[in-house]
Amino acid sequence: MASLRDIRNRIGSVQNTQQVTRAMKMVSAAKLRRAQENIFRTRPYAYKLGELIARLKGQVDPALHPLFQHREETRGVLLIVVTADRGLAGAFNANIIKLAEEAISTRFASFRDAGTLRLLCVGRKGHEHFSKRGYSLVGDFRGAFDNVNFETALSVMTLAVEGYEEENWDEVHLLYNEFKNTISQNRIMQPLLPIPAEQFMTPVMEERDAANGSSLDGVGTSQATSEMDFIFEPDAGAILDRLVPRFLNYEVWKALLESNASEQGARMVAMDSATTNADDLLKQLRLKYNRARQDAITKELIEITSGADALG
Amino acid sequence: MSKYLHVDIVSPAGSVFSGNALGVRAPGTAGSFEVLFNHAPMVATIDVGRLVVTSDTDERIEVAASGGFLEVSANRVTVLAETAELATDIDVARAQKAEERAVKALSNEPTSEERTRYEAALDRARNRLRVAMGAVGHQA
Repeated sequence: MASLRDIRNRIGSVQNTQQVTRAMKMVSAAKLRRAQENIFRTRPYAYKLGELIARLKGQVDPALHPLFQHREETRGVLLIVVTADRGLAGAFNANIIKLAEEAISTRFASFRDAGTLRLLCVGRKGHEHFSKRGYSLVGDFRGAFDNVNFETALSVMTLAVEGYEEENWDEVHLLYNEFKNTISQNRIMQPLLPIPAEQFMTPVMEERDAANGSSLDGVGTSQATSEMDFIFEPDAGAILDRLVPRFLNYEVWKALLESNASEQGARMVAMDSATTNADDLLKQLRLKYNRARQDAITKELIEITSGADALG
Repeated sequence: MSKYLHVDIVSPAGSVFSGNALGVRAPGTAGSFEVLFNHAPMVATIDVGRLVVTSDTDERIEVAASGGFLEVSANRVTVLAETAELATDIDVARAQKAEERAVKALSNEPTSEERTRYEAALDRARNRLRVAMGAVGHQA
């Protein structure tokens, strides 16, 4: 039986922990809101990018662009793994790392053994996990989420594209947590290079996807007639050349934002349940404490009365 | 109203400017150009440089943009830029730091790819500084 003092100390420590988890939950909630606003703010850009792509489609065939070409032989692979910088977010980091390891062992085992599998980890957790296990890492994006900015997405993509052009790798995949809602994330693994043509055509919103698919001749023609008159400067091909990298940058940027929002959501939920658990624990401890106290009082009373009996 | 263009400047970090304007001057890859009312539909690429929007109240709004696209259709002008900052929002200290960083990196005998990257960074930083300075000294 634990002594009264022991129980009291436990209660104190659990209360302290609970204060911390409660504060972390509040902080995450605030950060989550900001992260969601960030996602929301990219919408107009994404939408316009989609429009521009739709406009170019009639002029040039994007599939001719080198970044769309599937290479005959895949000799190397780059995985971009987006984790968080910090822990205490439930299974957030573990999930995405597990997804990466599953993918490696099922699809890319031969590249790993041949030493042509490389990883680019955004976020401290993934970086540390994979560098400890002897994977060859590209770039260093630890601390990227201290201040989420577009430059990070830009430098990630620059590295990925440069390596792709130098044929250090022939495929690039992006792994991240997609924000579904506060309590759940989708683990996503999407091919980035070579660019899947259908994804490029409909990069933004499903509604657009559906609208384009169903009415290629209906709405499409009214758009197409106006498209005919467009002046392209310098020309459609040159515009496409510049559009493709920007599309990729946007994809990475989106992944970073989604991951950031998911992280805050996951942490909020984890901290919420930690706080509730602390409450349960406190309840039990208090019960135990009160019982122990009652026992001690009873024991003392018995001692006093039996002492009095012995005297009398 | 009918004589105005509607201008939107958007970047992945959010919408930078949205409003009516008399004209937009943009740093096109093939040279600087200005879009006025009733311009033919056009898609153009733009370089790192200064965008100048002349608003419907005849104010000059300057924006530092780091390359992207400009689209004109039916008197709506949309500028898509990877980064775009209003001259008044530019953090001069940060831009200066970025410039110093790029200059330093360039002096360390970079490889040719690194060189292009740092030169682009330097270009962007200098552009931000130029636009920010212009906003201080310039009168519309």
